[in-house]
Amino acid sequence: MRRREVVSGRVAGIVQFENVGLRYGQGEEVLRDVSFALAPGEFYFLTGASGAGKTSLLSLLYLAQRPSRGIIRLFGEDVVTLPRARMPGFRRRIGVVYQDFRLVPHLSIADNVALPLRIAGADESDVAEAVHEMLAWVGLSHRATARPVTLSGGEQQRVAIARAVAGRPELLLADEPTGNVDEAMADRLMQLFTSLNGLGTTVVVATHDPQLLRQVKAAQLMRLADGRLLDPTGALRFPPARVSMA
Amino acid sequence: MSTAIARVLDPTRAGRAMVGVLAIMLFMTLLAAAAGIGAGRGAAALGARLSGRATVQLTDADPVARTAAAARALAALRSSSAVTSARAVPRAELEKLVAPWLGSAADDPDLPMPELIDLELAPGDDALATARAVLRRAAPSAVIDSHGAAVAPLARLLRVAAVVAAAAAALMVAASAAVVVLAARAGLEAHRATIAVIHGLGATDIQVAGLFQRRVARDAATAALVATASAGAATALLVRPFAAGSGALGDAVALGAQGWGVLAALPFAFVGFAALVARRTVTHALARTL
Repeated sequence: MRRREVVSGRVAGIVQFENVGLRYGQGEEVLRDVSFALAPGEFYFLTGASGAGKTSLLSLLYLAQRPSRGIIRLFGEDVVTLPRARMPGFRRRIGVVYQDFRLVPHLSIADNVALPLRIAGADESDVAEAVHEMLAWVGLSHRATARPVTLSGGEQQRVAIARAVAGRPELLLADEPTGNVDEAMADRLMQLFTSLNGLGTTVVVATHDPQLLRQVKAAQLMRLADGRLLDPTGALRFPPARVSMA
Repeated sequence: MSTAIARVLDPTRAGRAMVGVLAIMLFMTLLAAAAGIGAGRGAAALGARLSGRATVQLTDADPVARTAAAARALAALRSSSAVTSARAVPRAELEKLVAPWLGSAADDPDLPMPELIDLELAPGDDALATARAVLRRAAPSAVIDSHGAAVAPLARLLRVAAVVAAAAAALMVAASAAVVVLAARAGLEAHRATIAVIHGLGATDIQVAGLFQRRVARDAATAALVATASAGAATALLVRPFAAGSGALGDAVALGAQGWGVLAALPFAFVGFAALVARRTVTHALARTL
Protein backbone atom coordinates (compact mmCIF):
# COMPACT_ATOMS: atom_id res chain seq x y z
CA MET A 1 0.00 0.00 0.00
CA ARG A 2 1.10 3.55 -0.71
CA ARG A 3 2.23 5.61 2.30
CA ARG A 4 0.69 9.03 2.61
CA GLU A 5 2.59 12.20 3.29
CA VAL A 6 2.70 13.40 6.89
CA VAL A 7 2.09 17.08 7.37
CA SER A 8 1.11 19.28 10.26
CA GLY A 9 -1.63 21.80 10.80
CA ARG A 10 -5.41 21.79 10.85
CA VAL A 11 -7.38 20.51 7.85
CA ALA A 12 -11.07 20.03 7.27
CA GLY A 13 -12.25 16.79 8.85
CA ILE A 14 -12.82 13.68 6.81
CA VAL A 15 -15.99 13.36 8.92
CA GLN A 16 -17.95 16.16 10.53
CA PHE A 17 -21.01 15.78 12.75
CA GLU A 18 -22.93 18.85 13.84
CA ASN A 19 -25.67 18.51 16.46
CA VAL A 20 -26.64 15.12 15.13
CA GLY A 21 -29.57 13.32 16.66
CA LEU A 22 -30.90 9.87 15.85
CA ARG A 23 -34.10 8.18 16.87
CA TYR A 24 -35.62 4.91 15.71
CA GLY A 25 -39.28 5.34 14.77
CA GLN A 26 -41.12 7.36 17.40
CA GLY A 27 -38.80 6.30 20.22
CA GLU A 28 -36.44 8.48 22.24
CA GLU A 29 -33.25 9.72 20.65
CA VAL A 30 -30.43 7.22 20.91
CA LEU A 31 -27.91 9.88 19.85
CA ARG A 32 -28.25 13.47 21.00
CA ASP A 33 -26.46 16.60 19.85
CA VAL A 34 -23.43 14.70 18.71
CA SER A 35 -20.78 17.00 17.25
CA PHE A 36 -17.25 16.05 16.28
CA ALA A 37 -14.80 16.01 13.42
CA LEU A 38 -12.35 13.30 12.45
CA ALA A 39 -9.05 14.30 10.93
CA PRO A 40 -7.67 12.34 8.01
CA GLY A 41 -5.13 9.66 8.94
CA GLU A 42 -6.00 9.58 12.64
CA PHE A 43 -6.86 6.58 14.79
CA TYR A 44 -9.95 6.86 16.97
CA PHE A 45 -11.43 4.64 19.59
CA LEU A 46 -15.15 4.97 20.15
CA THR A 47 -15.98 3.76 23.61
CA GLY A 48 -18.97 3.63 25.85
CA ALA A 49 -21.05 1.21 27.79
CA SER A 50 -23.29 -1.21 26.04
CA GLY A 51 -26.29 0.74 24.69
CA ALA A 52 -24.44 4.07 24.73
CA GLY A 53 -24.96 4.45 20.98
CA LYS A 54 -21.67 3.26 19.50
CA THR A 55 -23.23 1.01 16.86
CA SER A 56 -25.82 3.67 16.02
CA LEU A 57 -23.10 6.26 15.51
CA LEU A 58 -21.13 3.88 13.33
CA SER A 59 -24.24 3.11 11.29
CA LEU A 60 -24.55 6.82 10.54
CA LEU A 61 -20.92 6.86 9.51
CA TYR A 62 -21.25 3.98 7.09
CA LEU A 63 -24.50 5.40 5.69
CA ALA A 64 -26.78 2.62 6.84
CA GLN A 65 -29.23 5.30 7.96
CA ARG A 66 -29.82 9.02 7.99
CA PRO A 67 -29.89 11.09 11.19
CA SER A 68 -33.15 12.45 12.57
CA ARG A 69 -31.55 15.87 12.77
CA GLY A 70 -28.25 17.65 12.40
CA ILE A 71 -25.63 17.73 9.70
CA ILE A 72 -23.18 15.03 8.68
CA ARG A 73 -20.39 15.72 6.21
CA LEU A 74 -18.33 12.92 4.78
CA PHE A 75 -15.31 13.74 2.67
CA GLY A 76 -16.50 17.34 2.62
CA GLU A 77 -20.04 16.67 1.38
CA ASP A 78 -23.34 16.81 3.23
CA VAL A 79 -24.59 13.23 3.20
CA VAL A 80 -27.87 13.92 5.01
CA THR A 81 -29.40 15.39 1.89
CA LEU A 82 -27.33 13.28 -0.48
CA PRO A 83 -29.49 11.62 -3.18
CA ARG A 84 -29.73 7.83 -2.87
CA ALA A 85 -28.10 7.40 -6.25
CA ARG A 86 -24.86 8.93 -4.94
CA MET A 87 -24.70 6.84 -1.77
CA PRO A 88 -22.83 3.88 -3.34
CA GLY A 89 -19.95 6.13 -4.35
CA PHE A 90 -19.52 7.25 -0.75
CA ARG A 91 -19.90 3.74 0.63
CA ARG A 92 -17.05 2.57 -1.59
CA ARG A 93 -14.77 5.02 0.21
CA ILE A 94 -15.63 3.51 3.59
CA GLY A 95 -14.56 0.11 4.86
CA VAL A 96 -16.63 -1.54 7.57
CA VAL A 97 -15.70 -4.42 9.85
CA TYR A 98 -18.82 -5.72 11.52
CA GLN A 99 -18.85 -7.41 14.88
CA ASP A 100 -20.61 -10.40 13.33
CA PHE A 101 -18.30 -10.38 10.26
CA ARG A 102 -21.16 -10.52 7.72
CA LEU A 103 -19.23 -12.68 5.30
CA VAL A 104 -21.23 -14.20 2.46
CA PRO A 105 -21.37 -17.84 3.55
CA HIS A 106 -21.53 -19.60 0.19
CA LEU A 107 -18.63 -17.62 -1.30
CA SER A 108 -14.99 -18.55 -0.81
CA ILE A 109 -12.73 -16.40 1.34
CA ALA A 110 -11.13 -15.00 -1.81
CA ASP A 111 -14.51 -14.17 -3.36
CA ASN A 112 -15.59 -12.45 -0.15
CA VAL A 113 -12.48 -10.29 -0.16
CA ALA A 114 -12.95 -9.59 -3.87
CA LEU A 115 -16.52 -8.31 -3.42
CA PRO A 116 -15.79 -4.57 -3.02
CA LEU A 117 -13.41 -4.64 -5.97
CA ARG A 118 -15.86 -6.42 -8.23
CA ILE A 119 -18.65 -4.10 -7.16
CA ALA A 120 -16.39 -1.19 -8.08
CA GLY A 121 -15.94 -2.77 -11.50
CA ALA A 122 -12.25 -3.69 -11.23
CA ASP A 123 -10.68 -5.97 -13.86
CA GLU A 124 -10.48 -9.60 -12.79
CA SER A 125 -6.69 -9.57 -13.14
CA ASP A 126 -6.48 -6.61 -10.75
CA VAL A 127 -8.97 -8.30 -8.43
CA ALA A 128 -6.89 -11.49 -8.25
CA GLU A 129 -3.74 -9.54 -7.46
CA ALA A 130 -5.40 -7.40 -4.80
CA VAL A 131 -7.11 -10.37 -3.16
CA HIS A 132 -3.82 -12.26 -3.04
CA GLU A 133 -2.16 -9.25 -1.42
CA MET A 134 -4.97 -8.77 1.11
CA LEU A 135 -5.07 -12.42 2.12
CA ALA A 136 -1.30 -12.44 2.54
CA TRP A 137 -1.58 -9.32 4.66
CA VAL A 138 -4.02 -10.97 7.05
CA GLY A 139 -2.14 -14.29 6.92
CA LEU A 140 -4.86 -16.32 5.23
CA SER A 141 -3.45 -16.99 1.76
CA HIS A 142 -3.59 -20.72 2.42
CA ARG A 143 -7.35 -20.56 3.06
CA ALA A 144 -8.30 -18.62 -0.09
CA THR A 145 -10.71 -21.28 -1.36
CA ALA A 146 -12.22 -22.14 2.02
CA ARG A 147 -15.78 -21.21 2.97
CA PRO A 148 -16.21 -18.83 5.95
CA VAL A 149 -17.96 -21.48 8.01
CA THR A 150 -14.77 -23.55 8.08
CA LEU A 151 -12.77 -20.72 9.68
CA SER A 152 -12.35 -19.78 13.33
CA GLY A 153 -13.83 -16.55 14.65
CA GLY A 154 -10.45 -14.82 14.49
CA GLU A 155 -9.87 -15.97 10.94
CA GLN A 156 -13.31 -14.80 9.89
CA GLN A 157 -12.62 -11.44 11.46
CA ARG A 158 -9.37 -11.18 9.52
CA VAL A 159 -11.24 -11.99 6.31
CA ALA A 160 -13.74 -9.26 7.20
CA ILE A 161 -10.86 -6.84 7.69
CA ALA A 162 -9.28 -7.87 4.38
CA ARG A 163 -12.62 -7.31 2.65
CA ALA A 164 -13.07 -3.93 4.36
CA VAL A 165 -9.69 -2.65 3.20
CA ALA A 166 -9.54 -4.35 -0.22
CA GLY A 167 -11.05 -1.30 -1.87
CA ARG A 168 -8.44 0.97 -0.18
CA PRO A 169 -11.03 2.95 1.79
CA GLU A 170 -10.23 6.37 3.17
CA LEU A 171 -12.19 5.62 6.31
CA LEU A 172 -12.23 2.28 8.13
CA LEU A 173 -14.90 1.60 10.73
CA ALA A 174 -14.75 -1.43 13.02
CA ASP A 175 -17.54 -2.37 15.40
CA GLU A 176 -16.22 -4.37 18.36
CA PRO A 177 -13.76 -6.17 16.10
CA THR A 178 -12.21 -8.09 18.97
CA GLY A 179 -15.46 -9.04 20.62
CA ASN A 180 -15.41 -12.63 19.37
CA VAL A 181 -11.71 -13.44 19.52
CA ASP A 182 -9.14 -14.31 22.19
CA GLU A 183 -6.53 -11.90 23.48
CA ALA A 184 -3.75 -13.03 21.14
CA MET A 185 -5.99 -12.65 18.13
CA ALA A 186 -7.18 -9.27 19.40
CA ASP A 187 -3.52 -8.13 19.45
CA ARG A 188 -3.10 -9.41 15.91
CA LEU A 189 -6.19 -7.60 14.68
CA MET A 190 -5.12 -4.35 16.30
CA GLN A 191 -1.76 -4.66 14.58
CA LEU A 192 -3.60 -4.90 11.28
CA PHE A 193 -5.59 -1.76 12.09
CA THR A 194 -2.53 0.23 13.15
CA SER A 195 -0.56 -0.85 10.09
CA LEU A 196 -3.46 0.27 7.91
CA ASN A 197 -3.65 3.54 9.82
CA GLY A 198 0.08 3.93 9.26
CA LEU A 199 -0.67 3.93 5.56
CA GLY A 200 -2.97 6.92 5.97
CA THR A 201 -6.41 5.41 6.46
CA THR A 202 -8.56 7.03 9.11
CA VAL A 203 -9.58 4.30 11.52
CA VAL A 204 -12.47 4.29 13.99
CA VAL A 205 -12.71 1.28 16.29
CA ALA A 206 -15.75 0.96 18.51
CA THR A 207 -14.97 -1.03 21.61
CA HIS A 208 -15.74 -1.31 25.28
CA ASP A 209 -12.54 -3.25 25.94
CA PRO A 210 -10.16 -1.04 28.01
CA GLN A 211 -7.22 -3.35 27.20
CA LEU A 212 -7.56 -2.43 23.55
CA LEU A 213 -7.24 1.31 24.19
CA ARG A 214 -3.71 0.89 25.51
CA GLN A 215 -2.49 -0.71 22.33
CA VAL A 216 -2.58 2.40 20.16
CA LYS A 217 -0.81 5.14 22.03
CA ALA A 218 -1.57 7.87 19.52
CA ALA A 219 -5.26 7.10 19.26
CA GLN A 220 -7.86 9.66 20.24
CA LEU A 221 -10.72 8.65 22.42
CA MET A 222 -14.39 9.34 21.67
CA ARG A 223 -16.58 8.51 24.61
CA LEU A 224 -20.30 8.06 24.32
CA ALA A 225 -22.60 8.00 27.29
CA ASP A 226 -26.36 7.81 27.02
CA GLY A 227 -26.28 8.92 23.38
CA ARG A 228 -24.08 11.96 24.01
CA LEU A 229 -20.46 12.44 23.05
CA LEU A 230 -18.30 13.45 26.00
CA ASP A 231 -15.94 16.08 24.65
CA PRO A 232 -15.34 18.61 27.44
CA THR A 233 -12.30 20.25 25.82
CA GLY A 234 -13.76 20.48 22.34
CA ALA A 235 -10.74 18.62 20.96
CA LEU A 236 -12.96 16.26 19.01
CA ARG A 237 -14.73 19.12 17.31
CA PHE A 238 -11.52 20.70 16.11
CA PRO A 239 -8.92 17.95 16.03
CA PRO A 240 -5.37 18.65 14.93
CA ALA A 241 -4.61 16.98 11.63
CA ARG A 242 -1.44 14.96 11.32
CA VAL A 243 -1.61 13.63 7.81
CA SER A 244 -3.18 14.50 4.53
CA MET A 245 -3.84 12.42 1.45
CA ALA A 246 -0.80 12.28 -0.80
CA MET B 1 -20.93 -6.16 -12.83
CA SER B 2 -18.68 -9.08 -13.60
CA THR B 3 -20.00 -12.59 -14.02
CA ALA B 4 -17.93 -13.56 -10.98
CA ILE B 5 -20.10 -11.44 -8.75
CA ALA B 6 -23.23 -13.09 -10.13
CA ARG B 7 -22.38 -15.93 -7.76
CA VAL B 8 -23.06 -13.67 -4.79
CA LEU B 9 -26.65 -14.91 -4.66
CA ASP B 10 -26.74 -18.33 -3.07
CA PRO B 11 -27.40 -20.80 -5.93
CA THR B 12 -28.88 -23.35 -3.53
CA ARG B 13 -31.76 -20.96 -2.98
CA ALA B 14 -32.76 -21.07 -6.62
CA GLY B 15 -36.49 -20.92 -7.27
CA ARG B 16 -37.19 -24.34 -8.78
CA ALA B 17 -40.86 -23.86 -8.02
CA MET B 18 -40.83 -20.66 -10.05
CA VAL B 19 -39.30 -22.48 -13.01
CA GLY B 20 -42.14 -24.99 -12.86
CA VAL B 21 -44.85 -22.35 -12.56
CA LEU B 22 -43.36 -20.25 -15.36
CA ALA B 23 -43.10 -23.33 -17.58
CA ILE B 24 -46.79 -24.10 -17.02
CA MET B 25 -47.74 -20.47 -17.65
CA LEU B 26 -45.79 -20.31 -20.89
CA PHE B 27 -47.09 -23.71 -21.97
CA MET B 28 -50.66 -22.47 -21.54
CA THR B 29 -49.80 -19.16 -23.20
CA LEU B 30 -48.38 -20.96 -26.24
CA LEU B 31 -51.41 -23.22 -26.53
CA ALA B 32 -53.79 -20.28 -26.18
CA ALA B 33 -51.83 -18.29 -28.73
CA ALA B 34 -51.79 -21.23 -31.15
CA ALA B 35 -55.54 -21.68 -30.70
CA GLY B 36 -56.11 -17.96 -31.22
CA ILE B 37 -53.97 -17.79 -34.34
CA GLY B 38 -55.58 -20.96 -35.72
CA ALA B 39 -59.11 -19.75 -35.07
CA GLY B 40 -58.37 -16.35 -36.54
CA ARG B 41 -56.87 -17.87 -39.66
CA GLY B 42 -59.74 -20.34 -39.88
CA ALA B 43 -62.34 -17.56 -39.73
CA ALA B 44 -60.52 -15.59 -42.40
CA ALA B 45 -60.10 -18.65 -44.64
CA LEU B 46 -63.74 -19.64 -44.22
CA GLY B 47 -64.90 -16.19 -45.18
CA ALA B 48 -62.58 -15.95 -48.17
CA ARG B 49 -63.44 -19.45 -49.43
CA LEU B 50 -67.20 -19.33 -49.11
CA SER B 51 -68.30 -15.72 -49.30
CA GLY B 52 -68.11 -15.75 -53.14
CA ARG B 53 -70.06 -18.96 -53.61
CA ALA B 54 -73.79 -19.70 -53.87
CA THR B 55 -76.11 -22.54 -54.86
CA VAL B 56 -79.24 -22.24 -56.97
CA GLN B 57 -81.97 -24.79 -56.25
CA LEU B 58 -84.94 -25.57 -58.50
CA THR B 59 -87.63 -27.76 -56.96
CA ASP B 60 -90.53 -27.75 -59.44
CA ALA B 61 -92.59 -30.91 -59.01
CA ASP B 62 -92.77 -31.48 -62.78
CA PRO B 63 -89.41 -32.90 -63.89
CA VAL B 64 -89.74 -31.50 -67.41
CA ALA B 65 -90.54 -27.99 -66.17
CA ARG B 66 -87.75 -28.30 -63.56
CA THR B 67 -85.17 -29.23 -66.18
CA ALA B 68 -86.32 -26.45 -68.51
CA ALA B 69 -86.20 -23.88 -65.70
CA ALA B 70 -82.72 -25.07 -64.75
CA ALA B 71 -81.52 -24.66 -68.32
CA ARG B 72 -82.96 -21.13 -68.49
CA ALA B 73 -81.43 -20.20 -65.18
CA LEU B 74 -78.03 -21.61 -66.14
CA ALA B 75 -78.00 -19.70 -69.41
CA ALA B 76 -79.11 -16.44 -67.80
CA LEU B 77 -76.58 -16.73 -64.99
CA ARG B 78 -73.71 -17.52 -67.36
CA SER B 79 -74.49 -14.36 -69.29
CA SER B 80 -74.59 -12.21 -66.17
CA SER B 81 -71.55 -10.13 -65.17
CA ALA B 82 -72.35 -10.90 -61.53
CA VAL B 83 -71.40 -14.53 -62.04
CA THR B 84 -67.88 -15.74 -62.72
CA SER B 85 -68.87 -19.37 -63.35
CA ALA B 86 -72.02 -21.44 -63.17
CA ARG B 87 -72.16 -25.22 -63.22
CA ALA B 88 -75.12 -27.56 -63.20
CA VAL B 89 -74.56 -30.20 -60.55
CA PRO B 90 -74.90 -33.62 -62.21
CA ARG B 91 -77.49 -36.06 -60.83
CA ALA B 92 -74.69 -38.50 -59.95
CA GLU B 93 -73.24 -35.93 -57.52
CA LEU B 94 -76.65 -35.34 -55.99
CA GLU B 95 -77.11 -39.07 -55.50
CA LYS B 96 -73.76 -39.17 -53.68
CA LEU B 97 -74.86 -36.31 -51.48
CA VAL B 98 -78.06 -38.05 -50.34
CA ALA B 99 -76.60 -41.57 -50.26
CA PRO B 100 -75.59 -41.33 -46.56
CA TRP B 101 -79.29 -40.88 -45.70
CA LEU B 102 -81.03 -42.96 -48.39
CA GLY B 103 -78.48 -45.68 -49.02
CA SER B 104 -79.02 -47.64 -52.28
CA ALA B 105 -82.42 -45.92 -52.73
CA ALA B 106 -80.48 -42.83 -53.80
CA ASP B 107 -79.73 -44.59 -57.10
CA ASP B 108 -83.45 -44.96 -57.92
CA PRO B 109 -83.98 -43.04 -61.21
CA ASP B 110 -87.56 -42.26 -60.14
CA LEU B 111 -86.39 -40.50 -56.99
CA PRO B 112 -87.24 -36.84 -57.43
CA MET B 113 -84.13 -34.70 -57.10
CA PRO B 114 -83.89 -30.90 -57.26
CA GLU B 115 -81.80 -29.31 -59.95
CA LEU B 116 -78.76 -27.57 -58.44
CA ILE B 117 -76.45 -24.98 -59.96
CA ASP B 118 -73.12 -24.10 -58.32
CA LEU B 119 -72.25 -20.44 -58.67
CA GLU B 120 -69.04 -18.55 -58.26
CA LEU B 121 -69.95 -14.91 -57.86
CA ALA B 122 -67.96 -11.99 -59.16
CA PRO B 123 -66.22 -9.87 -56.50
CA GLY B 124 -68.39 -7.13 -55.06
CA ASP B 125 -71.11 -6.75 -52.46
CA ASP B 126 -73.97 -6.55 -55.01
CA ALA B 127 -73.10 -9.70 -57.01
CA LEU B 128 -75.53 -11.87 -55.03
CA ALA B 129 -78.39 -9.39 -55.43
CA THR B 130 -77.72 -9.09 -59.16
CA ALA B 131 -77.68 -12.88 -59.58
CA ARG B 132 -80.95 -13.12 -57.64
CA ALA B 133 -82.55 -10.54 -59.94
CA VAL B 134 -81.34 -12.42 -63.04
CA LEU B 135 -82.80 -15.65 -61.64
CA ARG B 136 -86.14 -14.00 -60.81
CA ARG B 137 -86.54 -13.13 -64.46
CA ALA B 138 -85.26 -16.45 -65.90
CA ALA B 139 -86.72 -18.92 -63.39
CA PRO B 140 -88.98 -17.33 -60.78
CA SER B 141 -89.26 -20.55 -58.76
CA ALA B 142 -85.49 -20.84 -58.25
CA VAL B 143 -84.02 -20.27 -54.81
CA ILE B 144 -80.46 -18.98 -54.36
CA ASP B 145 -78.48 -19.62 -51.14
CA SER B 146 -75.23 -17.83 -50.34
CA HIS B 147 -72.66 -20.19 -48.79
CA GLY B 148 -71.16 -17.27 -46.91
CA ALA B 149 -74.47 -16.54 -45.20
CA ALA B 150 -74.80 -20.21 -44.26
CA VAL B 151 -71.42 -20.39 -42.56
CA ALA B 152 -71.44 -16.84 -41.15
CA PRO B 153 -72.30 -18.04 -37.62
CA LEU B 154 -69.37 -20.49 -37.71
CA ALA B 155 -67.01 -17.77 -38.92
CA ARG B 156 -68.27 -15.50 -36.15
CA LEU B 157 -67.73 -18.28 -33.62
CA LEU B 158 -64.16 -18.75 -34.83
CA ARG B 159 -63.50 -15.02 -34.55
CA VAL B 160 -64.88 -14.98 -30.99
CA ALA B 161 -62.74 -18.03 -30.18
CA ALA B 162 -59.68 -16.18 -31.49
CA VAL B 163 -60.43 -13.16 -29.30
CA VAL B 164 -61.04 -15.37 -26.25
CA ALA B 165 -57.78 -17.22 -26.89
CA ALA B 166 -55.89 -13.93 -27.23
CA ALA B 167 -57.43 -12.71 -23.97
CA ALA B 168 -56.45 -15.97 -22.27
CA ALA B 169 -52.89 -15.60 -23.52
CA ALA B 170 -52.78 -12.01 -22.26
CA LEU B 171 -54.06 -13.15 -18.86
CA MET B 172 -51.39 -15.85 -18.73
CA VAL B 173 -48.73 -13.23 -19.44
CA ALA B 174 -50.14 -11.03 -16.67
CA ALA B 175 -50.17 -14.00 -14.28
CA SER B 176 -46.58 -14.80 -15.26
CA ALA B 177 -45.59 -11.24 -14.46
CA ALA B 178 -47.26 -11.59 -11.06
CA VAL B 179 -45.32 -14.81 -10.44
CA VAL B 180 -42.06 -13.07 -11.32
CA VAL B 181 -42.89 -10.15 -9.02
CA LEU B 182 -43.62 -12.54 -6.14
CA ALA B 183 -40.50 -14.57 -6.87
CA ALA B 184 -38.32 -11.46 -7.02
CA ARG B 185 -39.73 -10.22 -3.72
CA ALA B 186 -39.23 -13.62 -2.13
CA GLY B 187 -35.70 -13.64 -3.52
CA LEU B 188 -35.01 -10.24 -2.01
CA GLU B 189 -36.23 -11.53 1.34
CA ALA B 190 -34.23 -14.78 1.08
CA HIS B 191 -31.04 -12.92 0.19
CA ARG B 192 -31.63 -9.94 2.44
CA ALA B 193 -28.41 -10.43 4.44
CA THR B 194 -26.25 -10.77 1.34
CA ILE B 195 -27.87 -7.76 -0.28
CA ALA B 196 -27.26 -5.71 2.86
CA VAL B 197 -23.58 -6.66 2.67
CA ILE B 198 -23.08 -5.76 -0.99
CA HIS B 199 -25.15 -2.60 -0.57
CA GLY B 200 -22.87 -1.64 2.30
CA LEU B 201 -19.88 -2.28 0.06
CA GLY B 202 -21.23 0.24 -2.45
CA ALA B 203 -23.31 -1.84 -4.84
CA THR B 204 -25.84 0.27 -6.74
CA ASP B 205 -29.52 -0.62 -7.07
CA ILE B 206 -28.90 -1.44 -10.71
CA GLN B 207 -26.13 -3.86 -9.76
CA VAL B 208 -28.32 -5.63 -7.21
CA ALA B 209 -31.26 -5.69 -9.61
CA GLY B 210 -28.93 -7.10 -12.26
CA LEU B 211 -28.21 -10.10 -10.05
CA PHE B 212 -31.90 -10.91 -9.78
CA GLN B 213 -32.56 -10.09 -13.41
CA ARG B 214 -29.86 -12.53 -14.47
CA ARG B 215 -31.25 -15.25 -12.22
CA VAL B 216 -34.86 -14.74 -13.31
CA ALA B 217 -33.79 -14.67 -16.97
CA ARG B 218 -31.99 -17.97 -16.48
CA ASP B 219 -35.00 -19.53 -14.74
CA ALA B 220 -37.37 -18.17 -17.39
CA ALA B 221 -35.14 -19.53 -20.16
CA THR B 222 -35.22 -22.97 -18.55
CA ALA B 223 -38.99 -22.70 -18.25
CA ALA B 224 -39.23 -21.55 -21.86
CA LEU B 225 -37.27 -24.57 -23.09
CA VAL B 226 -39.51 -26.98 -21.21
CA ALA B 227 -42.72 -25.16 -22.17
CA THR B 228 -41.83 -24.79 -25.84
CA ALA B 229 -40.93 -28.46 -26.17
CA SER B 230 -44.11 -29.51 -24.34
CA ALA B 231 -46.35 -27.11 -26.25
CA GLY B 232 -44.82 -28.22 -29.55
CA ALA B 233 -45.49 -31.87 -28.74
CA ALA B 234 -49.01 -31.13 -27.49
CA THR B 235 -49.85 -29.06 -30.56
CA ALA B 236 -48.59 -31.81 -32.86
CA LEU B 237 -50.76 -34.38 -31.05
CA LEU B 238 -53.83 -32.13 -31.06
CA VAL B 239 -53.70 -31.13 -34.72
CA ARG B 240 -52.77 -34.55 -36.12
CA PRO B 241 -56.39 -35.74 -36.52
CA PHE B 242 -57.26 -32.57 -38.45
CA ALA B 243 -54.07 -32.07 -40.39
CA ALA B 244 -55.07 -34.55 -43.09
CA GLY B 245 -58.30 -32.65 -43.68
CA SER B 246 -58.69 -29.76 -46.03
CA GLY B 247 -60.85 -26.66 -46.18
CA ALA B 248 -61.20 -24.06 -43.49
CA LEU B 249 -60.41 -26.48 -40.65
CA GLY B 250 -57.23 -27.53 -42.38
CA ASP B 251 -56.31 -23.87 -42.80
CA ALA B 252 -56.96 -23.31 -39.12
CA VAL B 253 -54.57 -26.01 -37.92
CA ALA B 254 -51.94 -24.97 -40.46
CA LEU B 255 -50.84 -21.85 -38.58
CA GLY B 256 -48.84 -20.48 -41.47
CA ALA B 257 -45.34 -19.04 -41.42
CA GLN B 258 -46.51 -15.87 -39.68
CA GLY B 259 -48.34 -17.83 -37.00
CA TRP B 260 -45.41 -20.11 -36.33
CA GLY B 261 -43.17 -17.04 -36.29
CA VAL B 262 -45.31 -15.47 -33.58
CA LEU B 263 -45.26 -18.69 -31.56
CA ALA B 264 -41.49 -19.04 -31.96
CA ALA B 265 -40.96 -15.45 -30.80
CA LEU B 266 -43.17 -15.85 -27.72
CA PRO B 267 -40.64 -17.78 -25.54
CA PHE B 268 -37.93 -15.20 -26.24
CA ALA B 269 -40.32 -12.35 -25.47
CA PHE B 270 -41.36 -14.22 -22.33
CA VAL B 271 -37.76 -14.45 -21.06
CA GLY B 272 -37.10 -10.79 -21.78
CA PHE B 273 -40.37 -9.78 -20.16
CA ALA B 274 -39.65 -11.83 -17.03
CA ALA B 275 -36.18 -10.31 -16.69
CA LEU B 276 -37.58 -6.81 -17.13
CA VAL B 277 -40.30 -7.40 -14.53
CA ALA B 278 -37.70 -8.76 -12.07
CA ARG B 279 -35.46 -5.76 -12.62
CA ARG B 280 -38.26 -3.27 -12.06
CA THR B 281 -39.55 -5.13 -9.01
CA VAL B 282 -36.13 -5.16 -7.34
CA THR B 283 -35.23 -1.56 -8.15
CA HIS B 284 -38.65 -0.49 -6.91
CA ALA B 285 -38.19 -2.43 -3.64
CA LEU B 286 -34.64 -1.12 -3.14
CA ALA B 287 -35.78 2.45 -3.70
CA ARG B 288 -37.62 2.21 -0.40
CA THR B 289 -34.36 1.50 1.44
CA LEU B 290 -31.41 3.79 2.09
